[in-house]
Amino acid sequence: MSWQMVLGFEVHVELATASKMFCGCPADHFGKPPNSQTCPVCLGLPGALPVPNAKAIEWCIKLGLALDCRVNLFSKFDRKNYFYPDLPKGYQISQYDLPFCHHGQVVLSNGKTIRITRVHMEEDTGKLQHATVDGKKVSLIDFNRSGVPLVEIVTEPDFDNTADAIEYLKEIHSLVRFLGISSADMEKGTMRLEANISVRPSGQTALPDYKVEVKNVNSFRFIKKAIEFEVARQIKLLESGTRPLQETRGFSESRGETVSQRTKEEAKDYRYFPEPDIPPFRFTQTQVGDWQKQLPLLPAGIRAELISRGILPAKAAQVASDPGRYHMFTKLTQSGFDTVKAVDIINNIPPDISNDLDKIIIWAKSKSATGTTNPAQLRVLAQKVIAANPKVITDIKSGKTQALFFLIGQMRREFPDLDVPSAQSLLKDLVG
Amino acid sequence: MTKSLSDLTIFAARTGLTSRAFSSFDLVTACLDRIKQLNPEFHAFLALNDSALTEAKAADLKISAGEDLPLLGVPIAVKDNFLTQGIVTTAASKVLDNYLPQYDATVVKKMKNAGAIVLGKTNMDAWAHGSSTETSDFGPTLNPWNSNYLPGGSSGGSASAVAAGMCPAAIGSETAGSIRQPAAWCGVTGFKPTYGRASRYGVIAMASSTDSPGPITKTVADARLLAGVLAGPDPLDATSSPRPAEEILAPGPDLKHLKIGLPASYLLPQMRSDVKQLILDAALQFEKLGATVTEISLLDPKYSIGVYTIIQRSEVSSNLARFDGIRYGHDRSAFGPEAKRRIMLGTFALSSGYYDRYYHKAEQVRTLVIRDFARAFTDVDLIIGPTSPGPALPVGASLNQPMFGEMEDILVEPSSIAGLTGINVPCGFVDSLPIGLQIIGPQFGEAVVLSAAAAYQNSTPWHEHVPVL
Repeated sequence: MSWQMVLGFEVHVELATASKMFCGCPADHFGKPPNSQTCPVCLGLPGALPVPNAKAIEWCIKLGLALDCRVNLFSKFDRKNYFYPDLPKGYQISQYDLPFCHHGQVVLSNGKTIRITRVHMEEDTGKLQHATVDGKKVSLIDFNRSGVPLVEIVTEPDFDNTADAIEYLKEIHSLVRFLGISSADMEKGTMRLEANISVRPSGQTALPDYKVEVKNVNSFRFIKKAIEFEVARQIKLLESGTRPLQETRGFSESRGETVSQRTKEEAKDYRYFPEPDIPPFRFTQTQVGDWQKQLPLLPAGIRAELISRGILPAKAAQVASDPGRYHMFTKLTQSGFDTVKAVDIINNIPPDISNDLDKIIIWAKSKSATGTTNPAQLRVLAQKVIAANPKVITDIKSGKTQALFFLIGQMRREFPDLDVPSAQSLLKDLVG
Repeated sequence: MTKSLSDLTIFAARTGLTSRAFSSFDLVTACLDRIKQLNPEFHAFLALNDSALTEAKAADLKISAGEDLPLLGVPIAVKDNFLTQGIVTTAASKVLDNYLPQYDATVVKKMKNAGAIVLGKTNMDAWAHGSSTETSDFGPTLNPWNSNYLPGGSSGGSASAVAAGMCPAAIGSETAGSIRQPAAWCGVTGFKPTYGRASRYGVIAMASSTDSPGPITKTVADARLLAGVLAGPDPLDATSSPRPAEEILAPGPDLKHLKIGLPASYLLPQMRSDVKQLILDAALQFEKLGATVTEISLLDPKYSIGVYTIIQRSEVSSNLARFDGIRYGHDRSAFGPEAKRRIMLGTFALSSGYYDRYYHKAEQVRTLVIRDFARAFTDVDLIIGPTSPGPALPVGASLNQPMFGEMEDILVEPSSIAGLTGINVPCGFVDSLPIGLQIIGPQFGEAVVLSAAAAYQNSTPWHEHVPVL
């Protein structure tokens, strides 16, 4: 019998806001002395109350918009009740039935659509440290991370292979970094991956009656290994006639294996109810529209732009994978390099100068001559293209700024060495 | 017992202090003497502020320097569920035995900023779970009018302390009757502001969606003064209203323009006729003062018991989860039977499969109660009725009665779950025990409630009666 993996993700991203989700303590907790960034609120002291961080909510919604989500104009926080020593209130403030964002999608390079179930906001927990103090084995709790804003992005079980899975995860990784809302550093835990993995006979459409959650994997390479190991393990069990246990497993990097952490045969009852300490939120369509407009150029748009300029999809993806790279790319084009050359440079920078833009430019200039364009000629051409494409102009005026690149593409037919940024600003001026 | 400075109202105390008739040191000393004398019997205080006299001396210096603050030099007792930095705060539960808070509740801070001196911490039902102060883990408080009787609760220590003249005033907190009901049983004034009017930051949470701090005083004038200090927006409480505290102090309308409703359903069938008569007398008094009093219909208050019980237990089960045995020095076996019952019921009500049947249904009925009041307030400005079904009950009455509080608070629970404002003022006596009249106003209608209550109090003698001790 042949088998097919059924895979979905829950990705947690710690937001890089100045303060925590519900108090004024600094959110940046990495490497700080234990419990040096705490207050009554994030320690869950009696009487303390949460006050939501408006910036974190805005960023969560912007991420949702970047993932093509619908925004709940009426939303709220809920309490997720469970006991764990790193959770000082005995509940986590999260979102249950009305997440800020839902029903989004990510389109992969092969055209496949991954459905985003929800993007919601919650607070991070403290951290347990198991140590030996005065010869005694003890568990210590560091609450610096307690209350740091955390966004959870949940997909439908839409993946059936690891290549798609890794592309999706990398897309989320670059998306949050382009949005500038998180360092998304898996080593430091500001981006955390959880895969829900099960296996069904090929051709079966119904979902399997179990799933295994693999948590705490801190690199793309390891999540790929973990999924592959887990799928093989489950197939082996199924072929021997055993249904895999519904459980949470971790990943042992040294052994390259997943390891059982706790069985979860019955769904845990978190006794969700609306957080009475925080009034519900009412957003307006205008507010959401403004946030949508404030979104920067994102990887998908960058790739489309580069591809429209004749760049191969794989090379375009490399430029769009990281905001630093893209920034360098725009600097290069502004310094007179055409798109093709700039992409080439970006993807072939000698490692010893990879962080120094000035050196890169000098290095690049030594390798090629810059193209020039007569501004007057450019203006005439732009006017011609505008006049010939009234529908596109309407689109641009209604906010579809992407349509600008169509015009640039038209101009490039006559001026292949066209300086794109200057053409772009010229077109913007002319269109108004 | 001879009259003492501790018998004074806040207003009288402030007058005496500013005219230098006595010092804050004298006043605090008088309170401490009275407490020393009476607390062994009535057990109104759980802890005293060791530096109260030092703070009084500091206040006296400020008074001498001509500083003028609304509560400067006035000692005020604080219910033990308000965090007070450096003064043991337990919410009358052994789970928090010897807990020293690291910060002041916002209302405590406001009180101190207005010049008040925290006198000590008053007894209450443990975690405010109750209406008798009999479920305190540190022993019950007794009623100054008769020590065989309960003071009501959960702010029973505050009400008893004010009634016995151990302090000019106290602050309490109400989730459903916990200010108004003990004020009624102890024959003092108890004022519950609108939910959100006074900050909950630093109040050990009971039912987060209804907890409201407020004053327990000897007069309506004092309640108004103290509420004006406690109220106002708090950036640390997301549910606090942005509306300015000054609204409370605004002059209310002339009674001649007031329409007052008396809900027929609040004169419960089982209620004693002499208690009913006192309420009807109060209605008559309002008419004498020029107001129009009409009978109105409101939802049977019994529905609010179900709503409140489900919502309160659910929130309690979550709010008490932080006392998980890891911090605070005591494990969960230190919870008393009442807290355990409430945690279990709340946990059950929120469980998967039951949420819709209980919590969700309760929230829906709560909306109906809110609408019912909104409808009533289109016809009348205020609603009056008895605060409690009868006078104080004897010691022991709450034992083995898990629904004791709910039955005693039946007449204040509807306005609590609707987040309204209300006040208790003494309106007479039966069996030598005080009876309280409640006046309920719409959300943020404090000024109207207070002005009507003041007019009633100024034209009746009931608040001038004090227990013979």
